[in-house]
Amino acid sequence: MSILVTPQTKVLVQGITGAFGARHTRLSLDYGTRVVAGVTPGKGGQTFEHGGKKVPIFDTVADAARQTGATASAIFVPPPFAGDAILEAADAGLGLVVCITEGIPVNDMLKVKSALLGSGTRLIGPNCPGVVTPGEGPDSSGGCRIGIAPGYIHKKGHIGVVSRSGTLTYEAVWQLTCRGAGQSTCVGIGGDPVNGACHLDIIKMFNDDPETHGIIMIGEIGGSAEEEAAEWIRRNCRKPVAGFIAGATAPAGRRMGHAGAIVSGGKGTAAAKIAAFKEAGIAIAPTPSDMAGTLLQMM
Amino acid sequence: MNLQEYQAKQLLAQYGVPVPAGEVCATPAAAKDAAGKLFSGGHARVVIKAQIHAGGRGKGTFKSGFQGGVKICRTADEAMKMAAAMLGQVLVTKQTGPEGRLVGKVLVAGAPNIKKEFYCAVLLDRALSRPVFMASTEGGMDIEQVACDQPEKIVKESINPAAGFLPFQGRKLAVALGLKGDLIASAARIFGGLYKTWWECDASLVEINPLCLIAGPEGQESLLAIDAKMSLDDNALYRHPNILAMRDLAEEAPLEIEAGKFNLNYIKLDGSIACLVNGAGLAMATMDIIQHFGGKPANFLDVGGGASQEQVTAAFRIILSDPNVKGILVNIFGGIMQCDIIAAGIVAAAKESRLGLPLIVRLEGNNAPLGREILRGSGLAIISGDSMADAAQKAVRAVECAGAEERV
Repeated sequence: MSILVTPQTKVLVQGITGAFGARHTRLSLDYGTRVVAGVTPGKGGQTFEHGGKKVPIFDTVADAARQTGATASAIFVPPPFAGDAILEAADAGLGLVVCITEGIPVNDMLKVKSALLGSGTRLIGPNCPGVVTPGEGPDSSGGCRIGIAPGYIHKKGHIGVVSRSGTLTYEAVWQLTCRGAGQSTCVGIGGDPVNGACHLDIIKMFNDDPETHGIIMIGEIGGSAEEEAAEWIRRNCRKPVAGFIAGATAPAGRRMGHAGAIVSGGKGTAAAKIAAFKEAGIAIAPTPSDMAGTLLQMM
Repeated sequence: MNLQEYQAKQLLAQYGVPVPAGEVCATPAAAKDAAGKLFSGGHARVVIKAQIHAGGRGKGTFKSGFQGGVKICRTADEAMKMAAAMLGQVLVTKQTGPEGRLVGKVLVAGAPNIKKEFYCAVLLDRALSRPVFMASTEGGMDIEQVACDQPEKIVKESINPAAGFLPFQGRKLAVALGLKGDLIASAARIFGGLYKTWWECDASLVEINPLCLIAGPEGQESLLAIDAKMSLDDNALYRHPNILAMRDLAEEAPLEIEAGKFNLNYIKLDGSIACLVNGAGLAMATMDIIQHFGGKPANFLDVGGGASQEQVTAAFRIILSDPNVKGILVNIFGGIMQCDIIAAGIVAAAKESRLGLPLIVRLEGNNAPLGREILRGSGLAIISGDSMADAAQKAVRAVECAGAEERV
């Protein structure tokens, strides 16, 4: 198994006709992901074609889900409309919504999160690379790729990866693959201060997933989500966890690219997060080059 | 984006928060006029406040030797003299760093009779994904210090963003601050206005410090926002053209403004190894690994997903305008992009920039071997790294060698 998605998951893409959404839909189709529908208001009835595959486009998520049986969505719509898109997907009853969009205002996300309370929809992101469950084909094709991660760096296997950063996720995944260690599922939860699933949500799923045997958790400065996950791991996690925290050299009070990567009021420092990891028995990779090696040594 | 005190007060006033009468002035003559108006309007004292994006102004020192960026005056001539001592001068406070900030404007405002000072602010509670209202009886102090030394002196109200800040929450806070009688209702109104400013302007922080209990001529008490600080969510500025117009480029580092024009996210640091990376997390991690191997990063620089030749050329130009830079480490994980195209871009950018410093490149991902081939065949002295660790070590060594040669 895997978490969040399997190679059978039917995916729809909101914003499939935009340049960014179209490009990554093509890559997902190439990867073998079951992209069954696209949504672009006003373009319902048209078809998105690639490599001999035809993906019908709908005006609303509700129509797309009803007619194709899609259960997961990838959102590529521009920031001013992304909050609306997330809630439209939730309204349509999708179980998983992965929002790739970067630059959504915090207040929009506050409204989205409060509207999602009690709904059955799980949100990943925004401002994230998405979710990959590698497949069994060449270069891990045949898997489920929702988002923008390069598919070929993956390999089917038993390590779960969760990270706030896209490129650091790729780095960790590639290190694993180069050492012959495959992944169950890789989840980029995004670099915004208000996001859907947090480290802890994903760690709990990995802990419950029999196919996941070890976990790499990558964090960065800002907030306290890594500390909360570490505390839970200390008490409950039965699997080896290795971690890395980016931003030990970042100056306080400056936002380091990600909207959420900021040390403010002395809170959210790398040192505090690393201390929490150590306390929880999470092995700290001494450098970002050692993320896979550190985990594999524990296993 | 940060606002000046006078801009924050303008916005707060629009949402019903009472602020002292005053004017922002760019010349000593204007300051004299403004002070004159305040004195004839019945104010016994006025205050002249240097407008910079940093706290600690009152205890700051100008590079001219003049002490204090906040001064009380009793005559219009005195106000003009104080404004003249501040305008066009560089003010150094504990928050500006040793380089200080140039004062281009002063706020001239009525200075009331203060009986008590409070702290209040709205900010994001990340752990709960909700706004939080914070208030304290320890007004006028550094709130981080209060949080550290006397956390019991800070009261909080968590806000449901769907319901907004409710009047009862304002009353609870007012009572917790020890206010009585009619002041409870007026504080609750002010707190409501403060929250509304935060929410409707898409702020990341709105702080009134201090909110003062003041005594009028007949002893009647009221509340007044004496100082204010505000920063905004950059992602939401597109829907606030009036606030975006308040951006003060003089307060921002010129290189960071320049980088922004090319969609580069650049933050200058004080080390000697510049880095150019795709992705914010990887960029931070690259800084960290440089330090791990004994070097010091000169900057944070995220070129985003693309790393086009134009962006890399602009990035080199920005990096090279920092005289501390002795070497450049390029770390690109070409997940979707082809590494050979990125390599060709790096080579062209290095040639165009006439790069004379050691350039260490680590390329990984799509077509990486082909990319490395292009770097090797470029005729440039590019050092190739196999992994992040390898590249970082080579960068540290190259900069050390360059330093040793300089000393010889």
